[in-house]
Amino acid sequence: MLSAVAVALMALALVLVFFVAPVDADQGITQKIFYFHVPIALTAYACFGWGAWKALRLLWTRDDRYDLESYTAVHQGTIFGLLTLLTGSIWAKASWGRWWVWSEDQLVLFLVLFLFYCAYFMLRFSLEPGPGRERISAVYALFGVVLIPISFLAIRLSKNFIHPVVFTRHGPQMTHTMFAAFCVSWAAMLVLAYLMYRVELLGKRIDENLRELRATLSGA
Amino acid sequence: MSAYAADVAALARKDLRLELRAKDTLPAMLLFVLATFVVFHFALPSSAGDDAAYGLLWVSLVFTALLGLGRAWVPEREASAIDGLVLAPCDRSAIWLGKTLATMAFLVAAEVVALPVFAAFFAPLDATAVLAVLLADVGICAVGSLVAAMAATSRARELVLPLVFLPLGIPLVVGGVGATLSSQGGKYLLFLALYDAVFSLLSWASFEYVVTE
Repeated sequence: MLSAVAVALMALALVLVFFVAPVDADQGITQKIFYFHVPIALTAYACFGWGAWKALRLLWTRDDRYDLESYTAVHQGTIFGLLTLLTGSIWAKASWGRWWVWSEDQLVLFLVLFLFYCAYFMLRFSLEPGPGRERISAVYALFGVVLIPISFLAIRLSKNFIHPVVFTRHGPQMTHTMFAAFCVSWAAMLVLAYLMYRVELLGKRIDENLRELRATLSGA
Repeated sequence: MSAYAADVAALARKDLRLELRAKDTLPAMLLFVLATFVVFHFALPSSAGDDAAYGLLWVSLVFTALLGLGRAWVPEREASAIDGLVLAPCDRSAIWLGKTLATMAFLVAAEVVALPVFAAFFAPLDATAVLAVLLADVGICAVGSLVAAMAATSRARELVLPLVFLPLGIPLVVGGVGATLSSQGGKYLLFLALYDAVFSLLSWASFEYVVTE
């Protein structure tokens, strides 16, 4: 059911992006990557936020099923973060002729976050499984969501170059069809992320059950 | 003095006394920061201006702090003294605060030597720069002693600590370099203070979960 919704939304998004939304007067066809890059980035934030929320629940309730949920959300967030970096550099190459520009705030932020969340996996897998690891991972995931705004502020402070901003305080600077295409694309990404989250979680839970079963059998 | 402050003072004093007897960490930090200055002298081309030197000052301060943080929980880990501390009838966050204060004492002591040396050999430092260093020290030690406690329980502790700490320290470097270089350093000092407040609070609140089983 969820996968059908994801496929349908993705197809609708593709149609809207390539056939309905007008071609950008300034950047031409390369601007189309905006409809994927920005929704992927926002989805990555949503995943990190979801992971931190589950981490908070873990610390609050001490229920260890939240550990796997938080880990899976952070894992999906890291995948979407990597995709953000890739699509961002493709866009930078198309717009400015270079694969990487340090003046692009959001991209630099994603680089920092990507490094931070890669270290999450390094830390997590060098700890012995158990309640200690669950707590430490949870605290780390919480640090991540606090780091996002602080890093964003830091990068804003450090920049010396003004980049065209599509979203301003006066609302999105887009036509209606562009905005619709953007929203559908974002919805598609969110559903896709949620689907992947569920699939990975299911796989991890089956793994865990299997391991427990094996341990019980070999012990008996 | 409240019981909490007394606990914190006792824990910090324990670390300082250990250091006074063993002299493990502080001499290493001092030598390290001076050695990095010498390396940077040769790494910088002679045409590089003061601005590049200020950037390198921050790099060497962060790495020196990292060296100190890597040693921070060694006494607790050896012979599992941390278990005793966790069982002690005091608030767990007092352990974090004591460790933060002790680490900060080492870092400030190293900087008392390092900053005049930097000013003498590379570029002059004004009051804003010194204030920025002090503010950054608070953030480095607050976050650092928490992530060092996390890393200390892992198998690959020396490896994990820099990986975890450096992304968290990037905003501090931005604030510090900005305060040292920019003509309106106040904005960056404010940012450093904000970082200190947010992350100290978070570390203080979450330390208990890192050490309890």
